[in-house]
Amino acid sequence: MFSSKRTRWVTIIVMLALAILPPVFLWTGHAFYLDLATRLVILAIAAVSLNLVLGYGGLVSFGHAAYIGIGAYAVGIPVYHETYGGFDVAASYGGAFHILLAVGISALFALITGAISLRTKGVYFIMITMAFAQMVYYLFLSLDEYGGDDGLVIEVRSELPLVNLDNPLQLYLIAYVSLVIALLIVRTIVHSRFGMVLQGAKGNNERLVTLGFNTYLYRLTAYVISGAMCGFAGALLGNFTTFISPEMMGWSRSGELMFMVILGGAGTTLGPVLGSVVFILAEEVLSSITIFWHLPFGLMLMGVVLFARGGLMGLIKGKGGK
Amino acid sequence: MTPLLNITSLRKSFGGVAATDGVNLGVEQGELHAIIGPNGAGKTTLISQLCGALRPDSGAITFKGADITNRPAYVRARLGITRSFQITSLVMDMSVLDNVALAVQARTGHSFRFLKPARSIQPLRDEARNMLARVGLAERADDPTVALSHGEHRQMEIAIALATGAELMLLDEPMAGLGPEESTTMIAFLKALKGDRTILLIEHDMDAVFALADRISVLVYGRIIATGTPDEIRNNDDVRHAYLGEE
Repeated sequence: MFSSKRTRWVTIIVMLALAILPPVFLWTGHAFYLDLATRLVILAIAAVSLNLVLGYGGLVSFGHAAYIGIGAYAVGIPVYHETYGGFDVAASYGGAFHILLAVGISALFALITGAISLRTKGVYFIMITMAFAQMVYYLFLSLDEYGGDDGLVIEVRSELPLVNLDNPLQLYLIAYVSLVIALLIVRTIVHSRFGMVLQGAKGNNERLVTLGFNTYLYRLTAYVISGAMCGFAGALLGNFTTFISPEMMGWSRSGELMFMVILGGAGTTLGPVLGSVVFILAEEVLSSITIFWHLPFGLMLMGVVLFARGGLMGLIKGKGGK
Repeated sequence: MTPLLNITSLRKSFGGVAATDGVNLGVEQGELHAIIGPNGAGKTTLISQLCGALRPDSGAITFKGADITNRPAYVRARLGITRSFQITSLVMDMSVLDNVALAVQARTGHSFRFLKPARSIQPLRDEARNMLARVGLAERADDPTVALSHGEHRQMEIAIALATGAELMLLDEPMAGLGPEESTTMIAFLKALKGDRTILLIEHDMDAVFALADRISVLVYGRIIATGTPDEIRNNDDVRHAYLGEE
């Protein structure tokens, strides 16, 4: 609840390491690690957005991959039309337009699906959010114009003023700054009056309703904010991979995001970031050792869930923490 | 004078069981009205309908002259009805002060405010501390709620009900599970509160009820069989037969 000294230090160290190490990798000729770090930081933004609803709102969304997909296609589709013509209204290389589209459509999708999903609880909420995400998955799978399940190559990256996303270091720095901003946004929201209601409803919804809070509206608002942020992460991911396909919004991606949050510590500021770091690095290291890497990886994740309640941040906080 | 809260022909059935079977009841402004009745008489079901957690099958509830029968719970809370829970219902993973501050926050308008840290808004915190002081929990304000005893949780429930500023407090067995000493404290506290707020009290502790209530209604199998002053109830033959006599 109150950030201890140790958590603060770990936060500073992790965020500094993410700021310094990747550029150093690039300058020492290990461009691959910069790539890895970029993917990691972008997925961390998605995990941070999921943490707002999952960690602080107690709403286990199993459909956040949909927003990544929406965000990525919000870059891919305008670029496709700008390159090959057709559908002029949406044709653009402009980064501001892409981001607006990614965030706007994600927010709208979150509003519509959230309005329905939040009428359910527990397992039903998990299932319905997953079902909505799968609907988006199959929608893009069926859009032959945009490659269907073959995916779509983003020929030109989003054009932004001052920065050039074709430069890997600049792309990384944009992603990193976005992550910092995302963390600050979530942190501010969580500590605000709105955040208190959201967390209170997680602990005891009936009590909050009895106090006079329409918790449904508060949750829906959080859900929309979370979806919009995750959509932004999707737009970054599209710019990073320059190849997008429905694969990137399958339900297993939603599961991965959930795991990052829980592994790192749901309901903590840094948890989702730490979770993403460990998740991506472990995946990378284990898969380079053995092709059967899923087994030790799964065991490791099970170990954390079983023995470290509160995730890695729970371990760091120690017994005195929560 | 029309009663603050008026209940007419309220009915609620679960399957074939009529938990509320045509209840008529008026709670006057400023009174402490107690509802007694044997286990399973439908007391908690009645409270749940009053605060909006359950919808009645038929009948009407008016509060301050307005029909609230179909208003959701959070709207009733804003109109000035609050409840405490028979089974302690608090946000266990927040601090004691946070719990009460949320109640103050609820009273001060909507909370779609995203920027200012809630824990640094002094008026909210100060008022919450005051409420905790009133119920004798000032010392525990900064402790995690889960660390408090059952008795202290009951006191918290009252502090929260107070903090909402509600005119009508529906108290569902505030004495449940309290030791004799804690009960005495709670009775003294409710006595001090009397007149300040309108209270509808459900309680099993007969000493408490007869010491506190201005009027008592007796609920048996979903029906109110008598309403009157403590003396009238004590001397009512039906009540003796149905309830008190069997104790």
